[in-house]
Amino acid sequence: MPLWLFAFLAALSVISALGVVLQRNPVHCLLALIVTLLAIAVLFIGLGAVTVGFLQAIVYVGAILVLFLFVIWLLNIQALPAERSHLALKFFASVGAAALVAELFVFFARAPATPPAAHPTPDYGSIAQLSVSLFSDYLIAFEVTSVLLLVAIVGAIALARRVPEARASRAVPAEARAAESEGW
Amino acid sequence: MVPTSYFLALSALLFAIGVTGVLVRRNLIVMFMSIEVMLNAVNLAFVTFARAHGSVDGQVIVFFVMTVAAAEAAVGLAIIIAIFRNRETVNADELNLMRW
Amino acid sequence: MTVNFPALGLILLLPALGVVFNLFFGAKLGRSSVNLVGPGVVFVAFAVALVGFIKLLAMPAGGSLSFTLWPWIHAGKFAVDVSLRLDALSGVMVLVVSGVGALIHLYSCGYMGEDPDYARFFTYMNLFTLSMLTLVLADNLLLMFVGWEGVGLCSYLLISFWYTNQQYAYNGRKAFIVNRVGDAGFILGLLTLFSALAAHGVWTLNFVEMRGHIALVGPTIATAAGLLLLLGATGKSAQLPLYVWLPDAMVGPTPVSALIHAATMVTAGVYMVARMSFLYRLTPAAMDTVATIGAVTALFAATIALVQPDIKRVLAYSTISQLGYMFLGVGVGAFSAGIFHVMTHAFFKALLFLGAGSVIHALGGEQDMNKMGALRIRLPITYLTMLMATLAITAIPGFSGFFSKDAILGAAFTSGHTGLWLIGVLTAGLTGFYMFRLFFMTFHGSSRVEHERLHHVHESPPVMAIPLIVLAVLSVIGGWVGLPETMLWGNAFGRFLVPSVGEFKPALEFSEAMLTLISVVFSVLGIALAYVMYIQQPELPGKLADQAQALYEVLLNKYYVDQLYDWIVTRPLFFLSRYILWRGVDTYGIEGVVEGAGLTVETGGGVARRAETGNVQHYAFVYLLGAIGIAAYYLYRLWH
Repeated sequence: MPLWLFAFLAALSVISALGVVLQRNPVHCLLALIVTLLAIAVLFIGLGAVTVGFLQAIVYVGAILVLFLFVIWLLNIQALPAERSHLALKFFASVGAAALVAELFVFFARAPATPPAAHPTPDYGSIAQLSVSLFSDYLIAFEVTSVLLLVAIVGAIALARRVPEARASRAVPAEARAAESEGW
Repeated sequence: MVPTSYFLALSALLFAIGVTGVLVRRNLIVMFMSIEVMLNAVNLAFVTFARAHGSVDGQVIVFFVMTVAAAEAAVGLAIIIAIFRNRETVNADELNLMRW
Repeated sequence: MTVNFPALGLILLLPALGVVFNLFFGAKLGRSSVNLVGPGVVFVAFAVALVGFIKLLAMPAGGSLSFTLWPWIHAGKFAVDVSLRLDALSGVMVLVVSGVGALIHLYSCGYMGEDPDYARFFTYMNLFTLSMLTLVLADNLLLMFVGWEGVGLCSYLLISFWYTNQQYAYNGRKAFIVNRVGDAGFILGLLTLFSALAAHGVWTLNFVEMRGHIALVGPTIATAAGLLLLLGATGKSAQLPLYVWLPDAMVGPTPVSALIHAATMVTAGVYMVARMSFLYRLTPAAMDTVATIGAVTALFAATIALVQPDIKRVLAYSTISQLGYMFLGVGVGAFSAGIFHVMTHAFFKALLFLGAGSVIHALGGEQDMNKMGALRIRLPITYLTMLMATLAITAIPGFSGFFSKDAILGAAFTSGHTGLWLIGVLTAGLTGFYMFRLFFMTFHGSSRVEHERLHHVHESPPVMAIPLIVLAVLSVIGGWVGLPETMLWGNAFGRFLVPSVGEFKPALEFSEAMLTLISVVFSVLGIALAYVMYIQQPELPGKLADQAQALYEVLLNKYYVDQLYDWIVTRPLFFLSRYILWRGVDTYGIEGVVEGAGLTVETGGGVARRAETGNVQHYAFVYLLGAIGIAAYYLYRLWH
């Protein structure tokens, strides 16, 4: 990947990430997040991870973030007024994050630089290579992940559904309810 | 060629930004979005290392991370909906029942 | 030589059975059963003791009867058993204790006849008899101490017999606690002796064995042990400085005063000194201390008795004074004379107390002599018997007290203790005075009895009168076993006791007749003075009291010794207990530690919980800090 492209994408992702963190309106944050994720998807493709990159765009942006959007609409989340509270937390959080970045930078600066494999295999990052790996080396993880998704679905529905109607009909007279249960 | 460390630096920076967002924002949904930023920063690092080693294992991990992130997002948002139903708010300041 | 005599065990077993019976069945089976068992067991014990004594008399001098009830402590080389030994000394004591005790038990049937706690009374009396007999018959110092403690306990139980009265209960406690101080001395003396002997490889507390090896101990240890044991004796036998409990012990029933505080328990100290004569002979210092304490106490108590209005208190101080004579006797080396006086004193003092009880009973509870008088007409038997006792105690020639007191005073002089002898003679004069003061105030003169009481003044029933008569006879003839050397069979009593306590060797020669004459003169002078002051000119005591007001007050208030003890002992102890130990150590210290532990946890929790802000982002921040920390660690590793 050419350096200018990388620089552009890096700047884009950083600025939009900052947008996520700093915007007042949640929908604006979401939009910023979409930009960030798409920039990262392009970076993935640039690094040779084509499948993952497209998956990122389709699954992450297209499904997950849309879910976010739906929830924001559903709950009608409004933009909260700017608050001047928790200044101490904000300050120390920023300092902490900066410290973390600094440490990680040091790591990366000192880490032995492994030159990227100049000529990866032609099908590097292709869906075929990925699938072979998934269904052989990581088969169990793959299966467990599918179970995880099932559990997540059930859990999400259970958590998010309304209180069952039976409670609301407590006002219904006893005979009617008895009759209800008698008549199959 | 862009050196590996550049990618890693970017990943670190994005991670830090995500951390700041988690710690600083009051709105639960935005907090959640910041977590997504963090996850993606990590994904970027994984893919970078995969490319550095020439193996596809890193990408497999990213695949799984994405899956788990999806599941987590679904459940987390369901929880937020449930909280909103009970408390009429997604402001973290008002959700401190576990306070001493 | 020692003969095994199993019946000795009966002497202890019988009172023990009496205790069990009276304790568990007495209340249910009624007075008549208790009347039978209570005194009965003591009478039978006396009979057994008598049989044993006769057997002993038949044996050559120095013989003894013994019996081991059961083995007690066997630890390596040290062995002590529950063993009894009847030799000359303990034989005399056993007969006195069980004989006089039996008579007093019989008397109590009448005196305590209307008391609801009848069975409890005889339980305690039997228990006391058991303890005293154990004390006297023990063949080792440890078993003797068991009896010693037992009589102290029973003294407490019986003094505060009517425990619902606060003052009586207090007096009982006072007696017990003062006794305990003495007991501490006893234990220390016992241990001193024991360890000194053990250092030489002799592990024993048996009297005969100790006697055999006593030379190993050395004069310093002997003096120390002797003085410590003496402390115990002053507590038990009410000598200076631990006599203060005896006058207050008079709140107990009069038979108790007679038995415990006149005839038996208070003589335990004298008995112990006599029993340990082999130890005391090694240490003139301790012996002199014994004699001095005895003489001084005798005089001291006699002065107090001069002015007391309560009939029992006069007798109590008289007891202290007479005990002083006994200690004087054993202190100058005349152990047998001291024991002789123990015996005669048991007879006449018990009689005096029982007679006083008879008077009190007749007057419906009156004890103040100022409210008595001219009772000789209404109470003839009591009058005559008490006359015998009073003559005996004032050492009128021919009566029992004369021979024993004479022996003591003679020994005091001829052993070189002329100063103590003089004190003894003076005290004899005072004794004559206060005893006949008591007698005249009670039985002669004009009647000062309150009108309501006058109606039911009646002589005592036979069950009370018979012991009085028996004791009166003994008060007269009891001294005839110990006549002066030149008369008839001489000092048979003294000779009899030689194998047990050794012989008395006078240091100087003096005419015994002259000494006797001097002390008799003093006694008669005292009696004459009492006659003048209480029969001829009854207004004289009042006038004298007014003239010497200060002195009178001091004597009446017993030299304020009780108040002194209160200030220097009781109050500091209370202060120590209440403010230092209770408040300081217990409340602040121990409870403070315990509560402090809880408080620490509570405070710690109170501080620590503030970390739970309920704000998830704060928790996340802590995570961040942790992550920074871990990264820093790896950085550190990387750097070096």
